[in-house]
Amino acid sequence: MPIIQVQDVSMRFNLAQEKTETLKEYAVKLLKHQLFFNEFYALQNVSFSIEPGESVALIGRNGSGKSTMLKLIAGVMYPTRGTVTVNGEIAPLIELGAGFDLELTARENVFLNGAVLGHDRDYMQEHFQNIIDFAELWDFVDVPVKNYSSGMIARLGFSIATEVKADILACDEILSVGDFMFQQKCHDRMEKMLSGGTTLLFVSHDINQVKQLCRRAIWIDHGHVRGDGPAAEVCDAYVAAMQRGE
Amino acid sequence: MQHEHAGQLRTSWGHFTKYRPLIRELVTRDLKVKYRRSFLGYVWSILNPLLMMLLQTLVFSYMFRFDIENFPLYLICGNTLFNFFNESTNMGMGSVLGNSSLIKKVYVPKFIFPVSRVVSSFVNLLFSLAAILLVMLITRSAFYPTLLLVWAPLVLLFVFCCGMALLLSALAVYFRDLQYLYGILTMAWMYATPLFYPLSALPGFMQAVVKLNPLYHYINCLRCLVMYGFVPGPNTWFACIASALGMALLGLAAFRKLQRNFILYL
Repeated sequence: MPIIQVQDVSMRFNLAQEKTETLKEYAVKLLKHQLFFNEFYALQNVSFSIEPGESVALIGRNGSGKSTMLKLIAGVMYPTRGTVTVNGEIAPLIELGAGFDLELTARENVFLNGAVLGHDRDYMQEHFQNIIDFAELWDFVDVPVKNYSSGMIARLGFSIATEVKADILACDEILSVGDFMFQQKCHDRMEKMLSGGTTLLFVSHDINQVKQLCRRAIWIDHGHVRGDGPAAEVCDAYVAAMQRGE
Repeated sequence: MQHEHAGQLRTSWGHFTKYRPLIRELVTRDLKVKYRRSFLGYVWSILNPLLMMLLQTLVFSYMFRFDIENFPLYLICGNTLFNFFNESTNMGMGSVLGNSSLIKKVYVPKFIFPVSRVVSSFVNLLFSLAAILLVMLITRSAFYPTLLLVWAPLVLLFVFCCGMALLLSALAVYFRDLQYLYGILTMAWMYATPLFYPLSALPGFMQAVVKLNPLYHYINCLRCLVMYGFVPGPNTWFACIASALGMALLGLAAFRKLQRNFILYL
């Protein structure tokens, strides 16, 4: 049974509706008849399925619909048409540090962030030392996170999300943060999770990273699936298309 | 965990047990952040209502006089409940908007945000009960056995505020001006609640209007139990229970209907 099944999914946004913030803008758009006609499909009739243990990258240009797809799978958005079925626990790594309260210390944030991912205090207590060890933040455990550098926050976020066990790890451009050493460490940890049976869903436009981490790639172009297959082939086709200036 | 987005809307309640730790963490966070860096910390939860009561007692004893027995206790009973209502609904209203960065990225049952805010305020309310107790001791008021029933109006008001916070937080996503309007609304609501004046000070038709205000009944119920030592009649209980359940159902229904498209407006 596939762990993620996406069937004929379309996602429609109403651009005007989203950007109308004030009465004045609303009136202007109403007069210009833009209010209800400015529809935009971020995804159109997208279908694919992912088996447990696969490592899949979603590639494509900015605004092609990759992140929307990831949000649909994470259960944050609902598709306009079609179905998304997920048979497993998702650990979202979509933008590190979401779910931190900057006023709280790292220690307090570990428990808060753990609870966001659905884990209780005892569970997080068990994994607490590992999380801090991996993030290398021993000296800053009781410092409010607002005093952290962005790299330190990213380290803590990655450490929490990957320490707790999940069936699916969903990442949106995360490895670009942190210094070189830490990137290497993250990379190793993701490899380890993959060999442990975790399904990886990776959104990126860094082709080298995709080739390193993922076996399979799905290329999304203007909301349509344009390629789906072994990572190397799809990435090459993508790069070739980019170089042709599409 | 299995979820299917299109067919059935995932109901929040199915995940309730899984996300109970989150409510706990959010409440702890609210309490920690609230008084972090203040010297007196939680003492403010007791000191604040006391100082406010003192100030109002001065104002209303010398400037506008009402003939109320044990005015300080009368004031603090009403103020404590009204402040809880005011704080919890105001914080609850902004809670979905305030956590938008989280809601956009991780699946979390969204009702948790307004509800946890109301729980935080409720914990704060429990602290300020100590202030009421202090006033009772200082004014040497009698301790009636009806004090044992004080939890009842508090719990009912909690349910009422949860419903209100759910409703407001959902509406505020679509109509942000609500945050500014609500300040005026609560001020009007405050004057329409007999906090510092007795109901009898109002003309007859106004009394009928005030009796439509659910907060009046919660406050009246608390005062009966604390100050006058009798259990209020069935009308008061009916008003409290009906408004609590009614508001909770309305809030839940509105929230459930509106939450699906939150993400498009956050």
